[in-house]
Amino acid sequence: MNNIFTNNIKVKEYDALIIGGGGSGMRASLELAKSGLNTAVVSKVFPTRSHTVSAQGGITCAIASADPNDDWRWHMYDTVKGADFIGDQDAIEYLCSEGPKAVFELEHMGLPFSRFKNGRIYQRPFGGQSKDFGKGGQAARTCAAADRTGHALLHTLYQNNVKEGSNFLNEWFAVDLVKNSKDEVTGVIAFSIENGEVAYLKAQATVLATGGAGRIYASTTNALINTGDGLAMALRAGYPAQDMEMWQFHPTGIYGAGSLVTEGCRGEGGYLINKDGERFMERYAPNVKDLAGRDVVARSMVLEILEGRGCGENNDHIFLKLDHLGEEVLNSKLPGICELSRTFAHVDPIYEPIPVVPTCHYMMGGTPTNVSGQAFTRENGTDKLIPGLFSAGEAACVSVHGANRLGGNSLLDLVVFGRATGMHIQDELKSGGGVDSASKSDIDASLERLNKLNESTDGYDTAEVKRELQECMQNYFGVFRRGEFMEKGLQQLNELKNKVVNLHLKDKSDAFNTSRVEAIELQNLYEVALATAVSAFERIESRGAHARDDYPDRDDKNWLCHTIFDPLSKSVSKREVNFQPSKIEAFPPKVRTY
Amino acid sequence: MFGNKLEVSMYRYNPEDDKFPYMKQYKIDKPTKDIMVLDLLNLLKEEDQSISYRRSCREGVCGSDGMNINGKNGLACITPISSVIKRNKIELRPLPGLPVIRDLVVDMSEFYAQYEKIKPFLQNETTAPEQERLQSPEDRDKLDGLYECILCACCSTSCPSFWWNPDKFVGPAALLQAYRFLADSRDLKTQERLESLSDPFSVYRCHGIMNCVNVCPKGLNPNKAIGEIKSMLHKNKKDIIVSDKI
Repeated sequence: MNNIFTNNIKVKEYDALIIGGGGSGMRASLELAKSGLNTAVVSKVFPTRSHTVSAQGGITCAIASADPNDDWRWHMYDTVKGADFIGDQDAIEYLCSEGPKAVFELEHMGLPFSRFKNGRIYQRPFGGQSKDFGKGGQAARTCAAADRTGHALLHTLYQNNVKEGSNFLNEWFAVDLVKNSKDEVTGVIAFSIENGEVAYLKAQATVLATGGAGRIYASTTNALINTGDGLAMALRAGYPAQDMEMWQFHPTGIYGAGSLVTEGCRGEGGYLINKDGERFMERYAPNVKDLAGRDVVARSMVLEILEGRGCGENNDHIFLKLDHLGEEVLNSKLPGICELSRTFAHVDPIYEPIPVVPTCHYMMGGTPTNVSGQAFTRENGTDKLIPGLFSAGEAACVSVHGANRLGGNSLLDLVVFGRATGMHIQDELKSGGGVDSASKSDIDASLERLNKLNESTDGYDTAEVKRELQECMQNYFGVFRRGEFMEKGLQQLNELKNKVVNLHLKDKSDAFNTSRVEAIELQNLYEVALATAVSAFERIESRGAHARDDYPDRDDKNWLCHTIFDPLSKSVSKREVNFQPSKIEAFPPKVRTY
Repeated sequence: MFGNKLEVSMYRYNPEDDKFPYMKQYKIDKPTKDIMVLDLLNLLKEEDQSISYRRSCREGVCGSDGMNINGKNGLACITPISSVIKRNKIELRPLPGLPVIRDLVVDMSEFYAQYEKIKPFLQNETTAPEQERLQSPEDRDKLDGLYECILCACCSTSCPSFWWNPDKFVGPAALLQAYRFLADSRDLKTQERLESLSDPFSVYRCHGIMNCVNVCPKGLNPNKAIGEIKSMLHKNKKDIIVSDKI
């Protein structure tokens, strides 16, 4: 790949460009494919390889199948409480009330949901779910296709995109956003992984649907491709990130391998035990036990391990017991888990418990957007829309998950907001909206990073630097955090900066050069890690997934707010939480117990 | 047992530098615990950045890293090296029968084209109800063993009939999906689907060699699905003949 400048770059022009071929990207593209707008989905992997495929347990939504009296308002209450009250209530209201429509659409598209005897969609209980605003006991609200719901959903979306003739740029990798002089986003610089061709993909609307970045941690349930590419592009372009301290650690990642074991296991009746065989969640969450919020369960597990009650030779993990459910239930409801457990834990859950540990799972933060997927930045303490830029799914922070996401809400998030973003772009572009062109120097600026990497003759090794970064995040910004440790972590991150910008790309070839992709991914991880570290250090309270042992209590007086990380000053400011849903009264903050 | 080194023989080809593909030998310290073939590849790539392969989920659900491991197609991420080491050696090649882009990366266009050809989406033009379409658990059970396909291409690229006619024989992976929609009580295009498969090539080039069943990393059985399609085609043909006579 020779150095590319504006005068020799190929330009491809679109109305709308969607970066990312996972659930949210493909739900948005489906909406746009039907609109007649010239749209392309840019995906660094063939779309069905996206991380949505790994989602297991289901999609939470009040479709009133398991319980004919179920109500989206109850789902909203659970989500607000689960978020530890910093989820935006206008967005959560939209998520929960529009949800049923989005789920029924998926079924109409062919998603092979499991079924109840009456032919309706099967729903299972998940953590943090209640009836009647917490007063009516455990709800069963998670719609499932066995324990392969993400796979079924992603393939269904791809299949329907094929049906509608969507345009895919598969195995194309987006490097950086292109901004014009008015600070509007006018597309991206991207290259074909297959043959190294670089192009300026010009668009009136650019959607970041690039998913999470769990690979900032050494131990994660996330796919190797989850490197926060979209969020990092936005940060490099000077746009902010919201609530980046909020990372969900899933209680049950397979010990050693990190693969996810769905919360659906506990929904179906499985439970966690310590080395004494004690069902310890009874002590931490006496009412709902193993189905408390994920943050609560993860912390309880870590405490058990720290207090010497962990399982195994080194007392460093916990057991998930399923054998009492019986072979038939396990084979019909949790077949994928049985498979994963045999492969990665060498354990057959029909006979033995699965060794698990809390493992990085989900990024609640991201590029701040409104319910239409429009990204915004902050100016003088107010939101200011960024023309041309949109985001949806895990990459975005609309914020429906606040400080802690409930299980099954991520799949709902990506279909509801992928759809909303697609609908909004359609309206906007059809009513004459759009952005100005970028100048030559604007485009050159976005090519800089790629050119620098291609020119590198010496420097640091990608794999080594990545390991240092991941270990730093794991050690200093994990389940429990403390100011003095985080300071050390921040110092390490600052030292890493020089290495990250001076990577040595030894292989300069064009054909399927994955080392070039990995180097850029590492730079993306760094941006996300730094935003995480600074935000975590600044939020001096404990809320949801952000647990500080130097500030163990929630502090609503000072911190009932979002954090906004500004990449230019590397500082954090506060943004008010929305307490103004339109159809019902807001849920005021209260003590969060399970 | 075999000393401390493991020998990995890997198919290498970079179209920019190599006139012909070749096998490159790597010696690597034997891992102290059993690891997956993908982990082994990641270790090798740390030493030699130029090695190219696809990978994503690393847990056997995304279907990126199908390759030929010691002569058998499989997913690198869920194949423990202990299960494939032969005489202290592992041989890694790209999936057979498809053009190689580089090293272990093949061009899957033809594979995807066959998938698209069978119209892999639910077809039901009746007005959708406000809620979901109902389906009995028994009808839903008919999709088990079909919808779980991850499109890794291990089966189609192990099939001699697909090697011969990749443009005309639909191949086991896409036929499995063809049957997934034929078997779905919600799909109403059974007749059209069958007609599009009734030529001598699309289905009938399957000769029951069973390589597909043997290699499927998800334990699926395309051969059985193909058998079901054949009997539907057969019945359909008879029905047409009977209705002609009437």
